[in-house]
Amino acid sequence: MTLSAVDLAAIRLSLELAALTTVLLLLIGTPIAWWLARTRSRLKGPVGAVVALPLVLPPTVLGFYLLVTMGPHGVIGKLTTAMGLGTLPFTFAGLLIGSVFYSMPFVVQPLQNAFEAIGDRPLEVAATLRAGPWDTFFTVVLPLSRSGFITASILGFAHTVGEFGVVLMLGGNIPGKTRTVSVQIFDHVESMEYAQAHWLAGGMLVFSFFVLLALYSSRRFKPGLG
Amino acid sequence: MNPSLSRLVAALGASLFAGLTHAAEVHIAVAANFTAPINEIAAAFEKASGHKVIAAFGPTGGLYTQIKHGAPFEVFLAADDSTPARLETEGEILAGSRFTYAIGKLVLWSASAGYVDAQGEVLRRNEFNHLSIGNPKTAPYGLAATQVLARLGLSEAVKPKLVEGTNITQAYQFVATGNAELGFVALSQVFKDGQISGGSAWIVPEDMYEPIRQDAVILNKGKDNPAAAALVDYLKGPKAAAVIKSYGYDL
Repeated sequence: MTLSAVDLAAIRLSLELAALTTVLLLLIGTPIAWWLARTRSRLKGPVGAVVALPLVLPPTVLGFYLLVTMGPHGVIGKLTTAMGLGTLPFTFAGLLIGSVFYSMPFVVQPLQNAFEAIGDRPLEVAATLRAGPWDTFFTVVLPLSRSGFITASILGFAHTVGEFGVVLMLGGNIPGKTRTVSVQIFDHVESMEYAQAHWLAGGMLVFSFFVLLALYSSRRFKPGLG
Repeated sequence: MNPSLSRLVAALGASLFAGLTHAAEVHIAVAANFTAPINEIAAAFEKASGHKVIAAFGPTGGLYTQIKHGAPFEVFLAADDSTPARLETEGEILAGSRFTYAIGKLVLWSASAGYVDAQGEVLRRNEFNHLSIGNPKTAPYGLAATQVLARLGLSEAVKPKLVEGTNITQAYQFVATGNAELGFVALSQVFKDGQISGGSAWIVPEDMYEPIRQDAVILNKGKDNPAAAALVDYLKGPKAAAVIKSYGYDL
């Protein structure tokens, strides 16, 4: 009894989804985290709260709203249909969008903490040395917040691999497109195929443990998101 | 004391007394597709008997797993006949308590009026993007849907367009939100008071799929609970039968 071809396809899909989500979130999340770390705007509170929502909302809420808004009668669905893309539920792209929302706080918050920890001083020094904003970002901010980026990447990736509710509500369980490991485990349990469920579930447990072990063992990491 | 007040006090006293002597609670596990009818039946049963019904809803396979791991259910209304049979051979039920309480009917349904024709030709035209079904491995209605598609010789043609709900409720949800143009769902989900309640539908002829027998059992935890026996008796009676039929099930 080992993993079937369907199980392996689910694992591959989960890894692809998590990797792409992490890349997208680093691109989108870095400017958001930078703004949250530096701004004195009154909007800081509301924006921070919106980013953190997936931490407390059940994934079913996110999944339900995405299903409705990305459907043919929803705002996003009408837009994507007008652009000739069709609707997004039951597609890999749809899952990717759901995952970006779902894992956003796990990437933005560690980055924000790292940016806040840098403080004003190094930026002022860089400015007196006539470094432009981009120059400052790449030569001062990035190296100083390296551990924040590592934490953000690991947490974003791992959290997306562990995603279940959003995928279940948006995916339609299509092999190779939307059937991820967590859904496949659910399927096995529902079908009373406990042996197969154990292989995948045990694998997830070991994977998650080692991801967190790597994270918590690195000297620079301070536990907690806040 | 004025007469109406004394009647009220007497009634209150009587119901309290009845409560102390007869009323019991019965915990039941119910397949998701039977949610609406059991709520109606349970309300009438509670009124008639004074017992209280506490219902949990879920997919049949999931409820089975919970029962095997000690869930406090006393009566189980499954969406199939194989799961209760399995519980019987495993010695988890009151011997001889298994019976069919409803026979499910399959319908091809769309939320848009006029989309599905009365013969299901829309399947052959194959102009849709997504056809929603329940997961055939876990949902009896999903299995029935694949049998119908095989009967029509369309299994391969529609395969790339199939989307699966984990249960028939989710299969319905995909169609109701318009994300799938059509889907095979339970007639009970789209049927109220003797007719299709919205959209368009093809009620699939029953000779095209294996009968979806929904069996109920009294579980070991409920074998000494009079409320469990009373509920099962009520479920077999004519009043419950009328409710069950009004939701589009056969008996």
